[in-house]
Amino acid sequence: MSNAWVAEVVVMPKAGVNDPQGEAILGGLHDLGYRAVSRVRAGKQFRVEIDAENEAAARNAIAEMSDRVLANPVIEVYEIESLTPLTGAGAER
Amino acid sequence: MSQQVGVVTFPGSNGDHDAWNAFANDLGVPTRMVDYRETDLDGIAVVVVPGGFSYGDYLRCGAIARFAPVMNAVREFAQRGGPVLGICNGFQVLTEAHLLPGALLRNESLRFHCDWIHVKVENRSFWTSDVEVGDILRLPIAHGDGSYFADDETIARLESNGQVIFRYCDANGAVLDNANPNGSRRAIAGIANEGRNVVGLMPHPERATDPLVGGADGRRIVTAALSALQVAV
Amino acid sequence: MPEAVVNSIAPGAWREVALSDDEYALILELLGREPTPVELGMFGSMWSEHCGYKHTRPLFPRLPTDGPQVLQGPGENAGAVSIGNGLAVVFKVESHNHPSAVEPYEGAATGVGGIVRDIFTMGARPIALLNSLRFGKLDDQRNRYLFDNVVGGIGGYGNCLGIPTVGGEVFFDDSYSGNPLVNAMCIGIVTEDGIVRAKASGVGNLIMLIGADTGRDGLHGATFASVDDPEASHRGVIQVGNPFLEKLLLEASLELLTSGAVVAMQDLGAAGLTSSTIECASRGGVGAEIDVALVPRREEGMTAYEVMLSESQERMLLVVEPHGFEQVDAIVRKWSLHSSVIGRITDDGMVRVMDGDVVTADVPAEFFTDKCPTYVRPAAEAPHVVAARETDTSAFSDLKPGQAPAVLLELLSSPNICSRKPVYERYDHTILTNTVVAPGQADAAVLRIKGQQSGIATAIDCNSRYCYLDPHLGAMHAVAEACRNVSCTGGRPLAITNCLNFGNPERPAGYFQLDNAVQGIADACRALDVPVISGNVSLYNETANSPVFPTPTIGAVGLLDDVCRHATMVWKPGQSIVLLGAWSPVLGGSEFLSYWHDAVAGQPPSLDLEGELRVQELVRDLIGAGVVRTAHDVALGGIAVALAKMAIVSGVGANVQLPRTVERVDAQWFGEAASAIIVAVEAGDEERVRANAAEAGVPFLRLGETGDSGLTINGGKAIPLSALSVAHEHGFA
Repeated sequence: MSNAWVAEVVVMPKAGVNDPQGEAILGGLHDLGYRAVSRVRAGKQFRVEIDAENEAAARNAIAEMSDRVLANPVIEVYEIESLTPLTGAGAER
Repeated sequence: MSQQVGVVTFPGSNGDHDAWNAFANDLGVPTRMVDYRETDLDGIAVVVVPGGFSYGDYLRCGAIARFAPVMNAVREFAQRGGPVLGICNGFQVLTEAHLLPGALLRNESLRFHCDWIHVKVENRSFWTSDVEVGDILRLPIAHGDGSYFADDETIARLESNGQVIFRYCDANGAVLDNANPNGSRRAIAGIANEGRNVVGLMPHPERATDPLVGGADGRRIVTAALSALQVAV
Repeated sequence: MPEAVVNSIAPGAWREVALSDDEYALILELLGREPTPVELGMFGSMWSEHCGYKHTRPLFPRLPTDGPQVLQGPGENAGAVSIGNGLAVVFKVESHNHPSAVEPYEGAATGVGGIVRDIFTMGARPIALLNSLRFGKLDDQRNRYLFDNVVGGIGGYGNCLGIPTVGGEVFFDDSYSGNPLVNAMCIGIVTEDGIVRAKASGVGNLIMLIGADTGRDGLHGATFASVDDPEASHRGVIQVGNPFLEKLLLEASLELLTSGAVVAMQDLGAAGLTSSTIECASRGGVGAEIDVALVPRREEGMTAYEVMLSESQERMLLVVEPHGFEQVDAIVRKWSLHSSVIGRITDDGMVRVMDGDVVTADVPAEFFTDKCPTYVRPAAEAPHVVAARETDTSAFSDLKPGQAPAVLLELLSSPNICSRKPVYERYDHTILTNTVVAPGQADAAVLRIKGQQSGIATAIDCNSRYCYLDPHLGAMHAVAEACRNVSCTGGRPLAITNCLNFGNPERPAGYFQLDNAVQGIADACRALDVPVISGNVSLYNETANSPVFPTPTIGAVGLLDDVCRHATMVWKPGQSIVLLGAWSPVLGGSEFLSYWHDAVAGQPPSLDLEGELRVQELVRDLIGAGVVRTAHDVALGGIAVALAKMAIVSGVGANVQLPRTVERVDAQWFGEAASAIIVAVEAGDEERVRANAAEAGVPFLRLGETGDSGLTINGGKAIPLSALSVAHEHGFA
């Protein structure tokens, strides 16, 4: 049984929070002719590898660090996109 | 047709005024702003891509500006051997546009850094024709993404071809880690293309053309434009 | 009376927009009916301290605002003074304290954005930024986070805009823990006849909005800045600044103002569309009708209330003659922006807000402005402040003579005295190539004006510890020090701007501080002959009922006739070091007492404003004559710290004898006093300086001479320059 886990955490600007980066990229895409694009929101993705007793403990720890560090809860929301055991073969150590 | 220095401006360029001031006022040469929507560079003998935050530096520095209409003309101009100087954000734009190799990453400190630093002239190029190899210049830097990066192979090629034009150093010319303000590989502050007509650098020579505001070493770089203007006239 | 209004006001709803029961009763009386919800929200914002200056307006008539150099005093987006040759400088300081407490990076960034808009709205091109920052002590993680991110936000915004940040101050004290102060100042330059006022006129003229789309950002920011606990009261979405958009808006606005098609321009700051529409109409004595349905939105489903009170950044309101529309639209498009016509100027003095066909607000503009109630509150000094001030500082045990050098090194590395380089190197201070004297080199920044022989000097200051112990005296010190710092570079102070950061004025102790500090500013400005041309007020700076130190931040701007003749802190070997001005240092309110004995106590230094004026004039004259190129005033940390800083910046040591005006070792080295300036002169000029000082009635005292690789004080062992530098440079590490 693996004690190592890997999580994908996506951090995005909260709904309603101004996203200048997304807007500038949208403008750039329009200038390039991608007129069909109606909205761009720019976020960040993190791949976090962690040792934990079990999946619940890993999830709790990831959630806590997302709240405290990875995302700024004042302007951003996060989602744990996936949480899977870290297998020896696929591990990026 | 009169031959001019063209200062390319993108939305968010903010070093355009300083570049214009250095060429038009301090050097006294004909200079005009070239809007990013322009598609030809008729009458332009020297192209300057100035500093700033083109498109807010969102996505990546220079990543959106490289697609601006004017960049096709700049590319053709460079391929014909025309002198191009990319300063700070302009350097980033030139790397994104593949007119120069490599990329500029976030400073090692992860912070914006403004200071006066020293660079050593390492090799000859169009833009170092009025200085000697080995000269030490004192210039200002002001950037958050100035850490020069290229893969080992590219770095080796740049070094062996003599395309490294400026390297960060201390006041005595020693290339030491603590004189490298941003973690650039091999302390590279500026490079040239193979033709030596296109140069990009992170320091700001255009902000150092008058001793009253800190120094005039940058003047020795921008004066290189004179030769192109004379030839073209 | 609007007919289509359906909602009525729930009992007590006015308290949610920070209006008192009495204020709501006044609204009922003025209107002769219940306000609509939109109107109530508009009253809440316009009658907040931030927009309405309820507690400070009665105090303002005390401040001198006139002078032959003044082109625009308080009441516009910013003040303006002439600098000769048909040119003017426009400047103002503004707070963004509460937003920075919640989200420091964006709070500070949008604070910079707001003050920059105030400047270019006047038609002036912004050429410099300064800031005054105050935080709790850095051993607290949250304070460190606030400090790092506020500095990051200021740099992030100003650097991207391409406006150099040339000066500022950072101060740490427990009173600011959780309630940082973030004051940003901007200076612009414009031709005298190019100054534009935000005064709407011309019935039928178009009201246009340009810049960002409107979202739910910072709803009720203005009222939120006027209540005690920002975190609890904050309900809207945090404003996120977009400096890239602001840069486009800046260039577009300056081009629009020279096009002749724009009658008036007003930025959207606190209370957004509400205050910009009302202020523009009210200044012009006209009415305005706008339709919120025509306002471009960033979000779905926004109500009229939300559109009117949104504080989305990077927006400008224009008043445009109908025939000028095409021209305006073309300029706006050129800068990759879009514009919307949202209303018209009317002749009935009413501010009418439509939502399509529905009238959601219809109120005489003056009800929001002139009818805003003002308050003169009971004032009483807090007993614990009186006790602190009356503390006998001689009861603290003195330092032993041999101890002083070690204490000096410790003070040099303390948070309030150590090098600010880690802060200002995150700000672009070389862009625009006007920075003649950069941060860290002198008491003020010096800027050239291209094409002119003259230059300007600018500084921002406040010793809030003095203000806490004695608000009247402390505020006088703040004005004197800001002007002294400008004078130490050779600039003749032309005017000041102020930012009044205080606690809750509804408490007698809070009102006492506000009342006395404003009086102090007024008294010092009169004595030093510098008018106040702009300002801003931030009250209710408290956490858990504990107010910040009263902090009347003063920004000063001065003129150098010849920018080449300026002074810095840098001296050369072989010069004579001279102290100009009376010297009677005290421990009361000193940095030493706070740092070493953890005591904010005692009577702060006295201030003789006539002596202050004389020493400033003398030093400016000597700099103007080219005799003095090195000057530095004695401030935090006293004379030993001042000398050490000069030695560090110069890379040249000195051998000095400190004045023996006091018995105590600690007071001799680290005691503080006003109106004292250290200058270094060539030995051959010493007698001339002595004679000029005697003529001007300014005390002259030779302290010693420069040279060597260390600082030797009172004949003791030399402290190596390297030790001084290391201590000074690593204070924030």
